[in-house]
Amino acid sequence: MVPHPIRAVLPFAIAGIAVALAAMLPVTTPATVAKAETAVVAGDLFKPIADVLRHPRCMNCHPRDDRPRQGDDRHPHLQNIVRGEDNLGFTNARCTACHRDENNKFSGVPGAPNWHLAPASMGWQGLNDSELCTTLKDQDKNGGKDVAALVKHMEDDKLVLWGWAPGGDRLPVSKPHAAFVTELKAWAAGGAPCPTAN
Amino acid sequence: MPTTFTLNGKKTTIDADPETPLLWVIRDDLKLTGTKFGCGAALCGACTVHLDGEAVRSCQIQARDVEGRDVTTIEGVTGNVAAAVRAAWIKLDVAQCGYCQSGQVMAAVGLLSQISKPTDQDIDKAMDGNICRCSTYHRIRAAIHEASTTLPG
Ligand code: FES
Ligand code: FES
Repeated sequence: MVPHPIRAVLPFAIAGIAVALAAMLPVTTPATVAKAETAVVAGDLFKPIADVLRHPRCMNCHPRDDRPRQGDDRHPHLQNIVRGEDNLGFTNARCTACHRDENNKFSGVPGAPNWHLAPASMGWQGLNDSELCTTLKDQDKNGGKDVAALVKHMEDDKLVLWGWAPGGDRLPVSKPHAAFVTELKAWAAGGAPCPTAN
Repeated sequence: MPTTFTLNGKKTTIDADPETPLLWVIRDDLKLTGTKFGCGAALCGACTVHLDGEAVRSCQIQARDVEGRDVTTIEGVTGNVAAAVRAAWIKLDVAQCGYCQSGQVMAAVGLLSQISKPTDQDIDKAMDGNICRCSTYHRIRAAIHEASTTLPG
């Protein structure tokens, strides 16, 4: 049995050696490169992100046509609500005529800051993983966001975050937001690879 | 909590919980009962007023949202568009029971203020959220077209 004082510091010493050894290792080994390449080919890094983006809380405001969707069944927004030229609704039917900066606790009408539709160029409905990924990254379509800005948008934007706390009987995005951000960052760190087209 | 805003051109201060729906402020506190309650859930349009000139549902706007802003109700809507809408509404005898009509008029003024010669499609998009239990929709559409003929393009 190791004497008591040494036993107490031993784990730290071992951890310190491990850190020092890790620092001496190259950042990527042939094994990790091979693994990353496999991930790139399979689009594994993007797959969990695509699953989140397809959630009704995200997809309802990313239509490819001019109709926002509502509900977990993603039906077209009642009252013939349409996109409008600035993605904020048509005359008299502006998003903010009803959707304010927080959920309305009396009526149940959802709200969050800057409630609006994503531009049609960022419509996601019906896209496969490959198309979704390339669309997301296309700076001509996404408002000039590079990958870091995309990650930040999905990490911090209050309207995005609403999807995790939508209130009422709306289903929140099922995966915890922190786990989603971890996956986003892993995807970004891996070079933001898109799955192949087929 | 005191909230100061302009109501129908007059500076107005109310003392209300910041989350009070504007509709209650208008009807209960300020006794302007032309604006109607239909659903309280953004579904009918009976409560339509203008906030900074844009049609909104006063049942969804909270007192704190109107601080320093301009609210117009059916009692205070003026100008050439409002006059054209009023004349067309009377000429075509649009109202039946009348309950939805202050919301319809506020929505029609909102539409014609921005699109003076609306197509049927524009009318559909701008007015679909204003429900009429008496189904006066055909007269509302005709009256909007009628009003538009008197407005400059
Ligand atoms: S009462 Fe506001 S929309 Fe029905
Ligand atoms: S006139 Fe009766 S509800 Fe519209």
